[in-house]
Amino acid sequence: MNIYQEELLDHYENPSNYGTLPNPDISHEEDNPLCGDRIRMDLLIEDDIIKEVRFCGHGCTISLAAASMLTEKIKGKTLTEVKNITREDIMDMVGIPLGPVRVKCALLALKVLKAGAYGIKGWPGEEEQ
Amino acid sequence: MTQKTMHTSDFRPLDVQAIREDFPIFAETPPLAFLDSAASTQTPRPVVEAMDAYYDTYRSNIHRGIYRISEEATDQYEKARQKVARLINAPRTSEVIFTRNTTESINLVAYSWGSLHIQQGDEIVLTDLEHHSNLVPWQMLAQRTGASLRYLEITDRGLLDFTQLQDVLTEKTKLVAITHVSNVLGTINPIQSVIDAAHAAGAKVIVDAAQSVPHFHVDVQQLDCDFLAFSGHKMCGPTGVGVLYGKMELLDDMPPFLGGGSMIRSVERDISTYADVPAKFEAGTPSIAEAIGLGAAVDYITQAGLASIHVHEQELTKYAHERLQEIESITMYGPAPHQKAGVISFDIEGIHPHDVAGILDTHNVAIRAGHHCAQPLMKKLDVIATARASFYLYNTIEDVDRLCEGLQKAQTLMIRRNK
Ligand SMILES: Cc1ncc(COP(=O)(O)O)c(C=O)c1O
Repeated sequence: MNIYQEELLDHYENPSNYGTLPNPDISHEEDNPLCGDRIRMDLLIEDDIIKEVRFCGHGCTISLAAASMLTEKIKGKTLTEVKNITREDIMDMVGIPLGPVRVKCALLALKVLKAGAYGIKGWPGEEEQ
Repeated sequence: MTQKTMHTSDFRPLDVQAIREDFPIFAETPPLAFLDSAASTQTPRPVVEAMDAYYDTYRSNIHRGIYRISEEATDQYEKARQKVARLINAPRTSEVIFTRNTTESINLVAYSWGSLHIQQGDEIVLTDLEHHSNLVPWQMLAQRTGASLRYLEITDRGLLDFTQLQDVLTEKTKLVAITHVSNVLGTINPIQSVIDAAHAAGAKVIVDAAQSVPHFHVDVQQLDCDFLAFSGHKMCGPTGVGVLYGKMELLDDMPPFLGGGSMIRSVERDISTYADVPAKFEAGTPSIAEAIGLGAAVDYITQAGLASIHVHEQELTKYAHERLQEIESITMYGPAPHQKAGVISFDIEGIHPHDVAGILDTHNVAIRAGHHCAQPLMKKLDVIATARASFYLYNTIEDVDRLCEGLQKAQTLMIRRNK
């Protein structure tokens, strides 16, 4: 399957929740040292629920499209639900097979989210290494 | 041997089609357009066959066995060293040390030579063009010793700014570590002038030749460099073997890098005496098959002719520059084709280099995208990453055409959508 398919390109072209929040409860930014892609996530939390989310940054189609999809997925969810999102969930969400280098692109947004919200370091799925 | 970078006398055009037949990876149709030899090259049959012969018929450890096949293995391993020595015109075969790769060769010098000669207050001169492997070992040495690093900068065109040379080289300079060819911009540095100036200032010079030795003739006696490092896997050889050349008078004085078997003369409980160079720097069982494979790779590229390889790559580079210029909103980094090796870094406005490489991959065209292990240089160029195409003896005009077609397709796919 071609990784440059319509759905991903649509998210890349018209990302959901792109931008920043004026007074976020959580704001975090990280990069992928392999390629320099950089993503920031701003969250507004109320009663443990993600009320509002924005992301911004620069990167390739995969990292930006995955970030856009992730913001759609987490809005309205509790922090506990979000904490349980795994690497596999992201791969399902992106929906196409990716090589190991591009997997890191797809996971960048989740990495930013987990580091910002829970202080979890490392790439989702390999934190314990 | 009057030419600096090539022997015009041994020039004959490459028979690229015949060469390609030696590389099974190009057998499929349409063939893989492999444009990432600067990262690692493909392997011709004779190299694999030389290693197979070792594994199938005389596999054994070297420098130990009394039996016939061990003598054969030792003999072939040492013959590979002779071939490498001849390739770079080392005065003595024993000045060629086998390592794992360029990185290990440079670290060997940083630890061993560095521990003896670098002290607080000393300066090590690098350039903006260095690969992390000729940068991080010197940072680590500077941190261990209190020495500091200075950089010779590049101009906008990606050439070293020689007007700074006299300022950067001072009586504190103990070492200049410089790449011969930039793996990002392709810049061929006039290292002869740098070496001469460094020597005049009383400093030693280590040359990172990872991107030069595979592509044109490099003569260590003519250059008079003190150390020179390169990797087998970038010159049609296998992974796992690299080379450090050093002047004997320096190597002789240097302490060992790693301790263990093979590098000793005698061992007592509290003290050992060390073997002579090169064994002193080859602790443990080395990459025997790989060294033998590297010997076969040296034969392979010298039979093709280094001057011919260089001319072929220059033609491809010139053609690629012309073709790439036709592509809308492309930026090419680095010097003009005649000032560089077969490496082209570029960026297409509005398409991330990862996507460029990803889309090309769907057309069976392999290029590199990223920071190319040269983050300080990326910062200097004010880019986060670039796409890079690089050429070797097996590449063709068709490979370049397929690159350009793939880029056109990437543009139709992405740019149209962007606005
Ligand atoms: C200029 C340069 N120096 C050093 C290296 C490091 O080579 P290796 O990874 O084989 O040690 C490379 C390889 O990418 C290179 O291009």
